[in-house]
Amino acid sequence: MTQKSLHKRHSELANSNRQLQILSNGIFLSGELPKFKDKISETGQFPLKAKKLEILQINVGYMCNQVCEHCHVDAGPDRKEIMTRETMQQCLEVIKKTGAHTLDLTGGAPEMNPNFRWFVEEASKVGIKDFIVRSNLTIIKSNKKYQDLPEFFKTYNIHIVSSMPHWTKGKTDKQRGDGVFDKSITALQELNAIGYGMPDSKLRLDLVYNPTGAFLPGNQTALEKDFKKALLEDFGIHFHNLFAITNLPISRFLDYLIASGNYEDYMYNLVEAYNPIAVQNVMCTNTLSVSWNGYLYDCDFNQMLELPVNSSVKHISEYNEELLEGRNIVISQHCYGCTAGAGSSCQGSVT
Amino acid sequence: MQKTYYDPADLKKFGSISEWNEELGSKFFEYYNSVFKEGALSEREKSLIALAVAHTIQCPYCIDAYTGDGLQRGITKEEMMEALHVAGAIRGGASLVHGVQMMNKVNKLEM
Repeated sequence: MTQKSLHKRHSELANSNRQLQILSNGIFLSGELPKFKDKISETGQFPLKAKKLEILQINVGYMCNQVCEHCHVDAGPDRKEIMTRETMQQCLEVIKKTGAHTLDLTGGAPEMNPNFRWFVEEASKVGIKDFIVRSNLTIIKSNKKYQDLPEFFKTYNIHIVSSMPHWTKGKTDKQRGDGVFDKSITALQELNAIGYGMPDSKLRLDLVYNPTGAFLPGNQTALEKDFKKALLEDFGIHFHNLFAITNLPISRFLDYLIASGNYEDYMYNLVEAYNPIAVQNVMCTNTLSVSWNGYLYDCDFNQMLELPVNSSVKHISEYNEELLEGRNIVISQHCYGCTAGAGSSCQGSVT
Repeated sequence: MQKTYYDPADLKKFGSISEWNEELGSKFFEYYNSVFKEGALSEREKSLIALAVAHTIQCPYCIDAYTGDGLQRGITKEEMMEALHVAGAIRGGASLVHGVQMMNKVNKLEM
């Protein structure tokens, strides 16, 4: 288990340029594997263009109470990048006028932003159709001040999306840290107790599955079935949907791939599983990602690689939905992660 | 000439066997894919059976393929190892059950 972020460890992979170099050199430079641009060109899908905005994803900070081994954000307790109230105010102005049907708050642990609750209260007044908070579950059990979060979420009809890499303790704790499984189970039971995730309940509770190693996720429907059966039988837990998300080869997962000698094989697997149908529905075409300091990106992964949107509009303060629509999506080899097999997005499979 | 009989990269070329006999190759792969579809047994159960059989026939390609397949399906290492012990038990049992034949022979020949 990694105890510190790459930033804290002063790892060279904390530098996004270094990550991009790795993703463009070696097997991709030699031509052993095709670059993503060339691959999507084969089916006439280059350049990828942004369609009408549907999901506005806001990253309110990289601080987290966990240090997961695969985290693409390199989040952790030592990360100090936190969205200010001023930037949140700028986001609220955009939320009021956007045509997007989904607002998606992520982090780090978004709840650790000191202005999180104020922001949720204000944003919920706008009456957006689907208001997601990506909560890691353990935050609810980490400190007294977070214990009432389930009731807070219920008050604002928040759609909770939480990570759960496996229905067994061993695999979960290996990826997310010792004790995470037990705390997550307790948190899920508490959420169920107030109605979250229950069959027919309008309080949505979905789980995210990320593979616990250098392999791709299996069939989302089959995994959901197995998760539901095991969590219900073992712990009496209900949830709605499972999103199977492929680990993208960036940040801490890239560090893991290289350190474990799996990088090249993993990239081969991603390229071999390339699915042009998934390209049609990749999330960057209907999503916009806002960073803690208000800059705009095609997705959360590009945010972490510091690849800003290819548009004259760069910052939330100068937001213009018409100008952003139709922009060319910024790509690199990490994009193969979203086009492998059934495809992958923050909402799970895309085909 | 390559120095080993097995190359992991060859697993990915499995489909190329159809190039030298399209009809039988296609029939085989169609059958293969049908076998692993959910039926009376789940795909997950079939994957574990395949893993156990792979070890019994000691096929490195199959072990590679069905270990990866199991991980993708969320099959735990405890489940994988139990499946292998089933293979091991049958395999060991197959040797030892012939011990009865040996015993019969000895009992017949010895005074």
